[in-house]
Amino acid sequence: MRLEPISQPSLQRRLLPPTLAILASFAIAALLAQIAGGNPFAVFDLIFKGALGSKFALLETLNRATPLIFTGLAVAVAFRAKLWNIGAEAQLYAGAVITVVLGTGALAWPAPVLLPTLAIGAALAGAIVLLIPAMLKTRFGVDEVVTTLLFNFIFLLFVSYLLEGPLKDPMGMGWPKSARLIPEARLPRIVEGLRLHWGFALALICAVVVWVIDRKTTLGFEMRAVGQNPEAAAFAGIPVAKVILKTALLSGGLAAMGGFSEVAGLKGSLTLDLSPGFGYTGIVVAMLALLNPLGVVAAALFVAIIFVGADSMSRAIGVPTYLADIMLASALLLMVLAILFTKFRVRRD
Amino acid sequence: MELLDILLSASFWAAAIRIASPLIFATIGELICERAGVLNLGIEGIMVAGAFAGWISVWAGLPLWGGVAVALIVGMAFGLLHSVLSVPFGLSQHVVGVGITLLATSVTFYTYRVVLPEVSSPPKIEAFQPFEIPLFSDIPLLGPALFSQTPLTYAAFVMAGLTAFVLFRTPLGLAVRAAGENPSAVAAQGLSVTAIRMGAVIVGSGLMAVGGAFLTMSAFDSFFFDMVGGRGWICIALVVFGAWRPGKALLGAILFAAFDALQIRVQQASLGTVIPYQIFLMMPYVLSILALVLMSRSAQVPAALMVPFNKGTR
Repeated sequence: MRLEPISQPSLQRRLLPPTLAILASFAIAALLAQIAGGNPFAVFDLIFKGALGSKFALLETLNRATPLIFTGLAVAVAFRAKLWNIGAEAQLYAGAVITVVLGTGALAWPAPVLLPTLAIGAALAGAIVLLIPAMLKTRFGVDEVVTTLLFNFIFLLFVSYLLEGPLKDPMGMGWPKSARLIPEARLPRIVEGLRLHWGFALALICAVVVWVIDRKTTLGFEMRAVGQNPEAAAFAGIPVAKVILKTALLSGGLAAMGGFSEVAGLKGSLTLDLSPGFGYTGIVVAMLALLNPLGVVAAALFVAIIFVGADSMSRAIGVPTYLADIMLASALLLMVLAILFTKFRVRRD
Repeated sequence: MELLDILLSASFWAAAIRIASPLIFATIGELICERAGVLNLGIEGIMVAGAFAGWISVWAGLPLWGGVAVALIVGMAFGLLHSVLSVPFGLSQHVVGVGITLLATSVTFYTYRVVLPEVSSPPKIEAFQPFEIPLFSDIPLLGPALFSQTPLTYAAFVMAGLTAFVLFRTPLGLAVRAAGENPSAVAAQGLSVTAIRMGAVIVGSGLMAVGGAFLTMSAFDSFFFDMVGGRGWICIALVVFGAWRPGKALLGAILFAAFDALQIRVQQASLGTVIPYQIFLMMPYVLSILALVLMSRSAQVPAALMVPFNKGTR
């Protein structure tokens, strides 16, 4: 078999395969739910009711989507430039650590000054965490997939050390947990009385900013050029290594803002279970969004619906929540295949 | 002097070989994939799946070697999926690999919960027991370290030797290596690059799964969710460290395991009270990154690694 490029893909050609990919992932989940003894229709009904069925559920879903927008953007930005950042998890924790270091009383500033400081501090920390693997890539040619993955383990152990040592809450009854943020360091709720914080709005703003960078600036153009063909980009005079490092700063910073938003908006303190794999799920989000920054928002909402809904479904009828993870992993694989089919036709030899 | 005592003790080297065994299986598996030109980042998830599949089969009544066979088959199945996506369709090996890891891990955890819904701690199985090879196991230091291990450890060494032989002494091995260096030349010989690469990924993935099964069936006797804990990623670093040669990769895995065994012992000794334990736990990952950086200049990367091959496009 042979792949033949399609020069002018029709609208149908561009939309049908991705749609089929999503439907197929639902079918796989339905089959597995059946095997586990759950009626697939009941399972999906419970998933959607659990995620969207009440005001409380809907707000929970938006809250869950927030860190996924940040990590999804981080991955999308990096993957566009073919910088394979699988380390959003570590970068997110880096942002959370800085938020806790500066926000638990070290800086006793009023909220309008303190919150931006924390956000910027967090972004810088995350940027630095990704800068190391990015420099190993540009200087020594070390594959960043493996280094960013290994950094996830290293950084989580570092956080574990901090939470049992320097950052341990003296009032924490021995639990490995940081002190609580001072009130000025907490992101307020968007509407008083509703459990949705400004981190969600910040995530939306970031998505728009990334979209503008991607489409309207030289850096965005350079990032895409490097991603499509580094040799050609270098030949055209684009400083490839510099662009990769800039991409790393942006990507790491975005993931770390997710850590800031989770701690300052939702949790109020840092524990080792802050992220149930938001960094890895960000990869699924970014791929489902076809690496489009605005698409990331939609994809993050979709993924959040599946996760929040699966939690509530599992409580109701006992089909394991890992159904959500399987569904999203298969959606990821099917989506990359679907993207291929939007651009190529399969011909037999 | 504490350090010297540790390094001269047979139990230390026995532990090093034991820790190295799963790494040897998985590193050789990854090496086979990469020699054919495919980076297999599904390794971490495939090890999780293999660890679970082997263990649950034995728990359900299969003999130990039957469990190993099930792990092998499960690994090959994920390898087949990886290779279909990454070879004929030529999709990004990075994304496909991460996807396979996510899929294999979540399918494993799902199956665990479906099969064992009500357990608080996982059941234990009768794991592989050490088998002392007569005469050899009486050699001082070397005997207990090398010749009093479980059969699965011996299998790891035999498998590494066999892989080296096939890769460098047989026409099949030549074809596999050529597929990773110069696929056009392979196609010009009338061989199918697609078939060779898919075969290598399937076989390599099977070995990764057996590496995972070593953890639940020989090193321990039970399955825990985070038991693979990044070993797959470490094996990818070991392939680079071993310069894509089975013998060097085997030595690399043993060296690495020796460091790991050493840090466990130092942690228990006097130093462990001064240095936080997390520093020790970080060492394997830090060492892997260092190995990657050190080898980056001299490494003989297969020329067509991560380059999809599409007949007709030159």
